Amino acid sequence: MIANYGYMDGSGEYYISIDTDKCIDCSHHGCVDACPVGMFIIEPDDYDDDVALIKQEFRKKVKYECAPCKPVSNRPPLPCIKACTPGAIGHSW
Amino acid sequence: MPQKKEFWRWKEYNWHDEDIDPHAGEIISAGVDVGSVSSQVVIIVDGKLYAFSSMRTGSDSPDSARNAMSWALENTGLEIDDINFVVGTGYGRVNVPMAHKAITEIACHARGANFMYGPKVRTILDMGGQDCKAIRCDHRGKVTNFLMNDKCAAGTGRGMEVFADLLQVSIEDVGELSFKVDHEPDPVSSTCVVFAKTEAAGLLRQGWNKNLVLAAYSSAMAHRVFTLIERLGVEPEFAITGGIAKNIGVVHRLEDELGMKALSSDIDSQIAGALGAALFAKALYEKKMKKK
Repeated sequence: MIANYGYMDGSGEYYISIDTDKCIDCSHHGCVDACPVGMFIIEPDDYDDDVALIKQEFRKKVKYECAPCKPVSNRPPLPCIKACTPGAIGHSW
Repeated sequence: MPQKKEFWRWKEYNWHDEDIDPHAGEIISAGVDVGSVSSQVVIIVDGKLYAFSSMRTGSDSPDSARNAMSWALENTGLEIDDINFVVGTGYGRVNVPMAHKAITEIACHARGANFMYGPKVRTILDMGGQDCKAIRCDHRGKVTNFLMNDKCAAGTGRGMEVFADLLQVSIEDVGELSFKVDHEPDPVSSTCVVFAKTEAAGLLRQGWNKNLVLAAYSSAMAHRVFTLIERLGVEPEFAITGGIAKNIGVVHRLEDELGMKALSSDIDSQIAGALGAALFAKALYEKKMKKK
């Protein structure tokens, strides 16, 4: 399942997408420790598979919480994407 | 002082199938959907829809769940203890006292829509009270992709309630009245309900009639959800669940934008989440029994 966490508002679309099918076979869940603000958590989904989720408290403010990792220039690779070896994580902005 | 009429207040209701004897069934399961605006309970007997209720969510989620459950059970001869398994869903799912498990409304709407519209449904738009979700699912009703917008009231039932109150039109009549116009107006702001309301007030002062303003708002709302569903991608067949599915003003305008007709069902679109939860409850109970 591709889960998109975030929102769209007057300024744009801010979604973090997680392909949870790729989380099922992931053994290390690097995203959890890689995110500087601890947005990710591993929990069983509705089908009882352990997958990465964005914590509820971050879902309506991803634009702001992710901002420190997204400088306007010389942007390094995002730590969550770098740590996710199965390539399950994507950002819409 | 005369009491102010609440135009946004929609009708609460319950129903049960007189032709089904629930005591003759093997598995009685229930889904409780405590949403931000409305709460529904669906009871199924051996996988067949038996009873449901739909009412406004109060300030207390456990009370809302209890009230909706009592109303669904009314005149059925069933007691809460007769129900083998209960699944809670919706915003208040963790506060459903009688639930054995909580499942997100996204999974429940997909499963409910699969039951209501059949296995051909692939894209579901759930237009809820305070959020809007675009869901893609497979032939079993399992979610493959979803997108949710719960940061803003634009494109939600609450936004429509605000307009019904502003224009003093009963919420049930909004859809039909929005088509009683001599031309289709440009939409008002689709970014924000507060902006849209301010814009609508200005249009009324300019001499626009209520129907024209309703048409402009319905169009804005349809466009708002269109952008959400477009981002996810629409795969036919397409269906709409939630209270707004009953508003033809929004549904027909959305169908025009998508260039696709939404599937229809004899089952009330507003109970899709609770129905999906009841189906999950049945499956979970069967799994539990197999383990024993």
